[in-house]
Amino acid sequence: MTDTLTPVLTDNWDAERSWTLDSFTARGGYDALRKALKMNPDDIITAVKDSGLRGRGGAGFPTGMKWSFIPQANPNPKYLVVNADESEPGTCKDIPLMMASPHTLIEGVIISSFAIRANHAFVYVRGEVLHVIRRLQAAVAEAYAAGHLGKNIHGSGYDLDLVIHAGAGAYICGEETALLDSLEGRRGQPRLRPPFPAVAGLYASPTVINNVESIASVPSIIANGPEWFSSMGTERSKGFGIFSLSGHVNRPGQYEAPLGITLRELIDLAGGMRNGHELKFWTPGGSSTPLLTAEHLDVPLDFEGVGAAGSMLGTRALQLFDETVCVVRATLRWIEFYKHESCGKCTPCREGSWWLVQVLGRLERGEGSAEDLDLLLDQCDNILGRSFCALADGATSPVMSSIKFFRDEYLAHLEQGGCPFDPAAATLFAPAGDPVGAEA
Amino acid sequence: MTTTPQKSDQATDLVNLTIDGVSVSVPKGTLVIRAAEQIGVEIPRFCDHPLLAPVGACRQCLVEVWLPGRPGPDGTPGAPMQMQGPPGRMKPQASCTLECSEGMDVRTQVSSEGADKAQQGIMEFLLVNHPLDCPVCDKGGECPLQNQAMSNGRGESRFDGTKRTYSKPININAQVLLDRERCVLCARCTRFSEQIAGDPFIALIERGALQQVGIYEKQPFESYFAGNTIQICPVGALTSADYRFRSRPFDLVSTPGVGEHDACGAAIRVDHRRGKVMRRLSGNDPEVNEEWISDKDRFAFHYDRTPDRLSYPMVRDAETGDLRAASWPEAFAVAARGLAAAGPAAVLPGGRLTAEEAYAYSKFARVVLGTNDIDFRARPTSPEETAFLAAHVVLRGPDGTEPGVTYADLERAKTVVLAGLEPEDEAGSIFLRLRKANRAGKTSVIAISPYTSRGSQKVKARVIPTAPGDEAAALAALAIDSEANLGADTVVLLGERLATSAGAFAAAVALADSTGARLAWVPRRAGDRGAVEAGCLPTLLPGGRPVSDAAARVDAAASWGVERLPDQAGRSTEAILALLAQGDLGGVVFGGVDLDDLADPEAARQAVAAAKFVVCLEQRETDLTRMADVIFPVATVAEKSGMFVNWEGRVRPFESIFTNPQALPDVRVLAGIAEELGMPLGFRTPAEVRTDMTAMGPWEGTRAEVPLAAKAPARKRAAKGALQLATWKQMLDHGTMQSGEAYLAATARPAVARLSESALAELGNPESVTVSGPRGSMTLPAVAADLPEGVVWVPANNLGRGVLAELAGPGDSVTVVAESGKAGRA
Repeated sequence: MTDTLTPVLTDNWDAERSWTLDSFTARGGYDALRKALKMNPDDIITAVKDSGLRGRGGAGFPTGMKWSFIPQANPNPKYLVVNADESEPGTCKDIPLMMASPHTLIEGVIISSFAIRANHAFVYVRGEVLHVIRRLQAAVAEAYAAGHLGKNIHGSGYDLDLVIHAGAGAYICGEETALLDSLEGRRGQPRLRPPFPAVAGLYASPTVINNVESIASVPSIIANGPEWFSSMGTERSKGFGIFSLSGHVNRPGQYEAPLGITLRELIDLAGGMRNGHELKFWTPGGSSTPLLTAEHLDVPLDFEGVGAAGSMLGTRALQLFDETVCVVRATLRWIEFYKHESCGKCTPCREGSWWLVQVLGRLERGEGSAEDLDLLLDQCDNILGRSFCALADGATSPVMSSIKFFRDEYLAHLEQGGCPFDPAAATLFAPAGDPVGAEA
Repeated sequence: MTTTPQKSDQATDLVNLTIDGVSVSVPKGTLVIRAAEQIGVEIPRFCDHPLLAPVGACRQCLVEVWLPGRPGPDGTPGAPMQMQGPPGRMKPQASCTLECSEGMDVRTQVSSEGADKAQQGIMEFLLVNHPLDCPVCDKGGECPLQNQAMSNGRGESRFDGTKRTYSKPININAQVLLDRERCVLCARCTRFSEQIAGDPFIALIERGALQQVGIYEKQPFESYFAGNTIQICPVGALTSADYRFRSRPFDLVSTPGVGEHDACGAAIRVDHRRGKVMRRLSGNDPEVNEEWISDKDRFAFHYDRTPDRLSYPMVRDAETGDLRAASWPEAFAVAARGLAAAGPAAVLPGGRLTAEEAYAYSKFARVVLGTNDIDFRARPTSPEETAFLAAHVVLRGPDGTEPGVTYADLERAKTVVLAGLEPEDEAGSIFLRLRKANRAGKTSVIAISPYTSRGSQKVKARVIPTAPGDEAAALAALAIDSEANLGADTVVLLGERLATSAGAFAAAVALADSTGARLAWVPRRAGDRGAVEAGCLPTLLPGGRPVSDAAARVDAAASWGVERLPDQAGRSTEAILALLAQGDLGGVVFGGVDLDDLADPEAARQAVAAAKFVVCLEQRETDLTRMADVIFPVATVAEKSGMFVNWEGRVRPFESIFTNPQALPDVRVLAGIAEELGMPLGFRTPAEVRTDMTAMGPWEGTRAEVPLAAKAPARKRAAKGALQLATWKQMLDHGTMQSGEAYLAATARPAVARLSESALAELGNPESVTVSGPRGSMTLPAVAADLPEGVVWVPANNLGRGVLAELAGPGDSVTVVAESGKAGRA
């Protein structure tokens, strides 16, 4: 089964000191940059468009099209901002990538900035991951020293400065306009659109904001051609992506594979569920995407396939939960996260998350009533699509999908006057073969 | 005034849409929420405010929107498309951020169940953390949250959990209090402070449900416009210390009024109960103050109930020489007898009068006293200013016979030049309009000022640092300044303080002549401009009739039914006081004059003491009333009707709110004295004065063309080793009309002396300095500013009796020394 993997971004992760420039260059790093600098910037945009690369940050917007929205006639400077504020619960692809191979990202940044004619690029890194920030900063210094960054890069006449900027610990700053506010030194809250960042983004200038993985994929497209990239994946979801498996699986980690792979294949690659347990529910792309269950094991993991199954591909953050896990408890924990991270700007998110937590908490303690489930669904109906940005939409996903698939489990809490599960059994340190679940 | 081409422009810019099935056409760029108002559909809202930039935060105004489908290849219109969101269901849109587009089909709560449910859902969320303490909340009864929860919410909340709580209230500043748990986080107050006032000292802090309005403790919410945040708060979160728990809105009677604290003519709303003003709010006049007023106009109304308020007439007892209570008829008789016996008399009516009162004083002086010795200017004046007012100010404006400069012109102007005027302190509505114009990117401001004030910073003014007396030179230089490039699209605002700057008015006129710029005069007091129109000047009769013009005198005399009017030009305030001191004038009638506002307060006191007979019409006991021979208690603005004429020349009428049996309008007092003297004025009430004024009408002959300062007098220079005093009145100071309101006073800017950095360094960077002049000295904290060398700035009336009484005149030489023991600032 291992031939389903297509290591491109993760290819050099096993190299000796893979994060260093020497290691990166020894494997052909920065060759794509030299090739790109000889190209017409518009041709790079066309190549990325032709490759079918879609945004890897969750929304799946075609990257090349985003670049082509930049009004080149605008006299203001153009900016490239890389969204490395990876905070979605379950998502762990950008941080390992930047940790293991920061130069993959930096090479992508240079090519992408060259394409959109930006002379200033920023990587906005989640502030909590200090080790990654240090590694990125060291890599940027190396790249400057090697002439990949700075003035007149490799004699091309093209200048680029790259700034690594640390966030201050807010999930909302992963939202692109809130990220821009934060990057400008303000309090991170999403901005009113229009104007869109492509027209008036950072410092009111045309700005492209892309996910780390999107930008990191660009050098491979330039090196191998858009046809190579689009030969992978499915009809409308081209290429490869990092699938992050976490939870009750034997070998959690990052699995780089073409889009359209199924969870069944990925679990096989990861050595199966732990200790012979059964998959109960899973998130396809982090906690903001509606839960799926074991019946969705063969859903192709591409934008269309997961969408058809009633969820979203998101960031391919596959959190796997076996039958020892109480879905009510898991949902409550997630909603507590959204309540904590709601920026407070708009009413449905701010007040809705405050209220959802109280109702869910009551249900988990077995103190609620069956009507509370309808109340939860109606609250979600009043939040979903009503809020200022997508944060609150994400908060409704676990609630609505868990009630959809596990209504009986909610009711069991009410019948038993509390949670029927043993929380210890769900822990990764639970001894193998322990009695589990409701039978405990 | 709309011309045809503009109309056709507008027509092409219209977009057509349907709201709840009703077709409506609106200008391009109109927000859906406003378009709905045009067809009578009120979409509930909190964060939306027409004068603030849209934010879309509260989500209360959600509506269902359909857009026209893409036309097919043959041009047939496609099926309408509903705006959708995840996962493929109707996504209601915030109508406060959505611009109308052609063919849009909007369905509000009136016609869309989905929109109605969305709105109810948001309302329920808003109330999750709201305390629902309406019975004890000041806003109850006039609360948009309360009202809209009734109209667009559920009767019962399904929330039975724990609400967030805070200690309450906290002070945003001395006057504005915040009850955080009531706040719906609409950000109106923070956006007002940032966008309108330019004082962004409050901001939203924290996040999620704990987000709250907060202050930066090291920089308090120091703003002259903070009270507006209370008024635009859509819930009871912001309240005023003065009004909190004082009244219920449904117990109040509201009467429209006009701000009496400056010459802006701001529309206000006076809320009163049982003969007492409880609070004042901003009115809504898009032409003048829009929906904003200064804190002075909002909170300074307690001066009518201070313990020193006069409540009965008094006369000086012939035997004891003391003042004693008198009946109104006795006081009229005593005043009449005294004035008749005193010989030539003059009138100093002050600048706080309504136009009707000013007219009555003007007629009283000419017809009863037979003199042109009348001057409303209770402050330093100059002959140059007198000539300027007659030649370039009177009769100009929206309600005059010639066009003048208006607020709208400030917004349209490419450049606005300020000279002798600090709008943030002296004319709040002008400041806000200039800031709006500047923020819109159309208007740049040039300030001829001693230093870059905070107001100048907020309108991004190019400041031309100018020492007192150098304004004329600065204006002359500006006329040929290629960077400024002044032209017909320039407005020059000239403050009354230019009367102390020789040649400044003449230079402004020359600048206007050479560049085509338009001039406007901005006085400080509400009645100043009306007094010009009413002829309370030694050279002007009412309606701009020049005293020097025989035809004008005949015209006025005919209107008043008298044979002739005095033909001798009158004397200015300073000259009148000097003549009183010398005994060349015997009697004097004072309106609301504060001796400490006059050019030389000590000399003025001596003049009053020397006068044979002093009649004083006042609201409260003052130094002047204590020296008077007859005192008449007169009505405040709330107790009389009348009109102010604002700096534009716009008439701002108002009705009396209640009658005070212990005080009469000035008009009635003057009529009483005149009748005792056997020369009735022909009116007794403000309404009758209006009839008289209308009958006389404006002068249609030629204007007084007095040459302005053919030879400019020499400019004052600082003596050797001394500094020159620059000064003006800050908005909040020791002014008598601000008394009785401690919370407001606590928001005043502290009194500091401003010195150039080098002058401060020379003194050893002391924390405080003592400024000494011919009339006394003041010790106050020292602050560095970009003043020209040799100039020190001190606020005019924040210490003691003010700089004129206790320090020196503007432009005079003063010495500055470091305050011993406090030197050595880091």
